[in-house]
Amino acid sequence: MLEDAFERARGEKRMAFIPYVMAGDPDLETTEAILLALSDAGADVIELGVPYSDPLADGPTIAAAGQRALRSATHLREVLALASRCRERCPPIVLFTYYNPVYQFGVERFAREAAAAGVAGAIVPDVALDESAELRAALQAQGLTMPLLVAPSTPHPRAARIVDAATGFVYVVSRLGVTGTGNAPDFAPLRRQLASLRELTDKPLAVGFGLSSPQDVRNLGMLADGVVVGSALIDAYAGARAQEAATRVRQFVAPLIAACFLVSP
Amino acid sequence: MSAPDTRGYFGDFGGRYVPEVLIAALDELERAMMAAFADPAFWAEYHEVLRDFVGRPSPIYRCERYAADVSSVPLVMKREDTNHTGAHKINNTVGQALLARRMGKRRLLAETGAGQHGVATATVGAKLGLPVDVYMGVRDIERQALNVDVMRLLGAQVHAVASGTQTLKDATNEAFRVWAQRVEDTFYVIGSVVGAHPYPFMVREFQKVIGIEARRQTLERYGRLPSDVIACVGGGSNAMGIFSGFVDDRDVKFWGVEAGGKGVDGDEHAASLRAGSIGVLHGSRSYLLQSAEGQVRETHSISAGLDYPGVGPEHAFFKESGRATYVDITDAQAVEAFHAFARCEGILPALESAHAIGFARELAAQRGADDLILVNLSGRGDKDIGRC
Repeated sequence: MLEDAFERARGEKRMAFIPYVMAGDPDLETTEAILLALSDAGADVIELGVPYSDPLADGPTIAAAGQRALRSATHLREVLALASRCRERCPPIVLFTYYNPVYQFGVERFAREAAAAGVAGAIVPDVALDESAELRAALQAQGLTMPLLVAPSTPHPRAARIVDAATGFVYVVSRLGVTGTGNAPDFAPLRRQLASLRELTDKPLAVGFGLSSPQDVRNLGMLADGVVVGSALIDAYAGARAQEAATRVRQFVAPLIAACFLVSP
Repeated sequence: MSAPDTRGYFGDFGGRYVPEVLIAALDELERAMMAAFADPAFWAEYHEVLRDFVGRPSPIYRCERYAADVSSVPLVMKREDTNHTGAHKINNTVGQALLARRMGKRRLLAETGAGQHGVATATVGAKLGLPVDVYMGVRDIERQALNVDVMRLLGAQVHAVASGTQTLKDATNEAFRVWAQRVEDTFYVIGSVVGAHPYPFMVREFQKVIGIEARRQTLERYGRLPSDVIACVGGGSNAMGIFSGFVDDRDVKFWGVEAGGKGVDGDEHAASLRAGSIGVLHGSRSYLLQSAEGQVRETHSISAGLDYPGVGPEHAFFKESGRATYVDITDAQAVEAFHAFARCEGILPALESAHAIGFARELAAQRGADDLILVNLSGRGDKDIGRC
């Protein structure tokens, strides 16, 4: 599923657009409307956040979105049900979840039910390569992917092992720190890292963390296969619900998606 | 030295559940730590600072009156309250700050709950000339105002954390996030035997001085080992510090005392080992207080230093293996022990330590003159005046 999405974007000479949405923020009905809006707008893959009380890799925007989602009693089970409801009308969904909710749910059961819900894979930011074997095997057994993250601080030999183990795509963290719009990445070292990763693998490279504007997207140039935008998108619809939120999302992503075209369409 | 395995596991507990951005820093830390641990000059400087700056060895003291009405058992306190800054925390911050300097790091970063670890980090930062940033929950800043003033006097920047429960859990989240951003020049000084490998092991090794001294002192003074060693457990560093000095003495029983809050049958407590379940928090697999969905729960303890939903992975291992037994003492019992101990012995214990002292009286009633109970009096209670 994921491979096809990146393949299609590549065929159209553009980067895949991968929006991140926190499920249940502020309620599941709103998230569903946003997912459909993103699908209509042309998102290639959707990262669907699973709310967690202690999101170590996230900055204030996504952490606050998670708190709002927890107040609407959205947990892994509800997120899987949402994914299942939207599966026919959406591009491939990859869950973005911390490990503890998965661990409590049961790793095998998570993989099974995620597959049954039509999910394409799971990104688990606090499970780096070293702790990933069990989860990767469980997901793989169900035909699901597990993209792994590469950070600016990742030494090259380790990056080689990560891209080797990652499935679906490689999630390239654009800068040190956590998710959020506060400081944009430094694009020169990021481009160097993308070029060095490109030499290691043909797997799609998707860049995330700190990307918020069409200019950020254009700054990635030809070097990435996909671009993830999360916090800026959440800021764009924060405070709105249902169709109002969907409208704001449509307006916000249109220029980002346009910027994904390496040559004007 | 009982070390975790190469992946940082004590049995099934520990590991390294952190974002990729931190993995290289943890690898760098582990390499530097192992090199320092193998270097006699590093330990020589550590012990010199502990002697001249902290005031070690801390004494042991036999209580005359506190439990004399219920038992003839010798009840002996390891006086970590006599350390500079008033608690065991500084043993660890001295070790980590010396390591930070050895690694060429330029700043120290710390989380704090009760403020004791923040003060201990600010203290060594001032001594070594390293700037210190401390992250502390808004609620803890309110209930431990004195320690906030002390940290600021020592030149540290105290940052209020307003997210989540506004206590130690969220201060720790924030410290991890800040570390992820400044990982190249900043050393994260974790305050307990928690976090991702190698922290639980490293902090234990820096706190082990408590147990090593206490073992030698008990043998010298009483010609025998204790029958029981008692310590309070939040994250568990003072407990692991004293336990680890006796870990090969299989007849010495270990008792970890958790915060029972308003009772472990309800939701308002912080007894992760007594009433929690296995999960992953702040980088390691251990016991924690959480919902069925895996959301980390809000905790309660009258003692800010024990008000934490997780616990060090080696404690989880000790619980599973039976090496230690974990019990709880409620807020009310701790306050009663605080007052009784102050009046009987002339020592104000920290509310954290009052949990251990409260349980010591219960255990004393089951012990006799041939036994010997050793309690880690982990800190002094000045910070708690007016709170109980």
